Amino acid sequence: MANSYLTSESKKLATWYFTVAATLFGAQLLFGLVAAIQYVIPGFLFEILDFSVARMLHINALVVWMVFAMFGAVYWLLPDETGIETVGIEVGKLLFWVFTAAVTVVVLVYLFIQVGPADATSIWFIHEGREYIEAPRWADIGITVVALGFVANLFMTGMKGNRSGIVTVLMADMIAFAGLYLTGMFYTDNITVDQFWWWWVIHLWVEATWEVYVGAIAAYGLITMIGAHRKVVEMWLWIEVTMLFGSGILGMGHHYFWIGTPEYWWEIGALFSALEPLPLVAMFIHVLYDWGKMQGEESAKGLDRSVITNKPAFTWFVLNAFGNFLGAGIWGFFHTLPQVNLYTHGTQFTSAHGHLAFFGAYATILIGMMYIAVQGKNGIKILNNSTSTIFATSMIVGGVVGMTVALTVAGYSDVIISRAQMGATWAGYFDAQATTWLTQGMVWRLIMGVITFVGFFFLAKDLLTIGKSNIHVR
Amino acid sequence: MAKKSVWSDNRFWQRTAAWITGFASVLLIWLTFDTSAQISMGNDSDLKSGVTKRVPGPTVINYKITYEMNKKRQHEIPVIGGMNAEGTSAFQEKEKFFGRDDWSEEEATELLHLGKLGSQVKNCMNCHTLLGNGAYYAPDLTKAWLDPAWGPTGPMQALTGKSTKEEAMAEFLQNPSQYPTHARMMPNLGITAEEAKGLVAFLKHMSSIDTNGFPRNFGKIQGAVNGK
Repeated sequence: MANSYLTSESKKLATWYFTVAATLFGAQLLFGLVAAIQYVIPGFLFEILDFSVARMLHINALVVWMVFAMFGAVYWLLPDETGIETVGIEVGKLLFWVFTAAVTVVVLVYLFIQVGPADATSIWFIHEGREYIEAPRWADIGITVVALGFVANLFMTGMKGNRSGIVTVLMADMIAFAGLYLTGMFYTDNITVDQFWWWWVIHLWVEATWEVYVGAIAAYGLITMIGAHRKVVEMWLWIEVTMLFGSGILGMGHHYFWIGTPEYWWEIGALFSALEPLPLVAMFIHVLYDWGKMQGEESAKGLDRSVITNKPAFTWFVLNAFGNFLGAGIWGFFHTLPQVNLYTHGTQFTSAHGHLAFFGAYATILIGMMYIAVQGKNGIKILNNSTSTIFATSMIVGGVVGMTVALTVAGYSDVIISRAQMGATWAGYFDAQATTWLTQGMVWRLIMGVITFVGFFFLAKDLLTIGKSNIHVR
Repeated sequence: MAKKSVWSDNRFWQRTAAWITGFASVLLIWLTFDTSAQISMGNDSDLKSGVTKRVPGPTVINYKITYEMNKKRQHEIPVIGGMNAEGTSAFQEKEKFFGRDDWSEEEATELLHLGKLGSQVKNCMNCHTLLGNGAYYAPDLTKAWLDPAWGPTGPMQALTGKSTKEEAMAEFLQNPSQYPTHARMMPNLGITAEEAKGLVAFLKHMSSIDTNGFPRNFGKIQGAVNGK
């Protein structure tokens, strides 16, 4: 790492994690694009790189790049929060290489082996065929070892150094995050039991532990980027944890409406998942309130300058506050009640929600953390937007919002024709697929996907070069 | 110093967070025990003695399965072996599956195991939905066994040149790209004859799971307005 201002080994490791994360983000978009093309031109790469393979790569790259960026962000903030170098950093670096090597092997196997015979060897060495957590069993064990090593470093550092509220929340949250992965690591012939525990990983990650993680990262960002007061920020954080876990843990019931589980999940799932948007509103208000408050304090001093020390990162943090509320909150609430979900479950509507929620809640803030790392690595006091920042941000945000709108329109047609009118049969399904709303929706999704992909190149270019620009205050 | 309000005290909110999280977690774990007992797989003697399970045993493949509106629950439920006076499963009427209706518990379990494993290895879930979960590139498989397309009046038996539903499904699964049913075709996944048999058993078993009425009106509506 030439010309680096970083003296902390933990922060250096963070930049490695961010580099791999950004690369995998690109891979996610590339394979998403392949799948999007296949909706429009079904023969595209048929029996070469089929939709099932492209989509598996699309969603696995998504999960893995986010986990990489999440680990990276923790390694980045630990020295600032605890005041000491991360304990066990050499092990951390070793685990980084183990993780990266494992992911590379898994991706190559997905791409070139794709499918095997129906026996346990395929589950151990090719993939497990369970959406989002397809990684083969050997990689599951590897991921668990890496995650436990990461959690151990976090705990040892937190216990040795200054344990701030943010670090305390992260410690509790990350041990749950790692532990929950274990619930997705067994095989059963009972598909209902299979999906019941599968949701323990997926739901309790993205609608509970990951959201709390975002709360902690947002808190760190507000303190470092606009100088928000720690006491206020950490009080908000505890309130957010209360609301997120209070609604999100039992909100899991909304995945248990139709998989063979008892009827009482209708009421439990409806009530608690309907409450899930509330903490997202709180987080949104919190970010904007603190921003206004800090800017107001500055104005009161008669100073006409922005309090933001990292413009691109803060933009992504504000986009997170809004995107989390809109994508996870509103688009999720749209179809969370059982009387609606009976028809929307497993349609393009879910896909619309998935795109905006993962992007709004997680991609945004993690990209923001990458900009914070660029700032730190280059020793910049105030990081300003470059032209590429503007292009990257507007194209990626515009592209994802466009895809979401297109998929929502397609989803209406899917829900109403295939489900409500035709009773979800094979014939009903293809009738819905042939409607103008759905076919044109898929074309628009592809166009918006291309825009997002081009935006990614601006983002990559920006992250690589913005630190050397002379537009900043050093 | 003025007395501070508890509402602006970090320790208060930290404790609240811990209590609420703990309470929600304990409730979830308790409900998990209850649900686990209700969704455990039944066995052959349940079927023979007329015990309704949410997830029946593998030998359900020996029985006729339908999906009927239940007056009491006000939604459709899987009905196994014909309907009794209460509108639920009578467990009487058998149906041949690959020429037999006497699959033993061991044989049926082995077949279902092969099928469920096959459904994962062949990555069904990244195009189809199973119990509504998965990808939306191909039809939902929850009640695929009951789909009119595969029945005597549907096109699939004639297309594959087979005279039963299970044989038509197995033939299609082995050579999907030979039978182009739609511009969006299923690729050849190297499914063997035995694996195909297992997969069809898995589909038949899945159609017998009580999914609280999902999907609604399955196979009941013909020729509705489709908005094209």
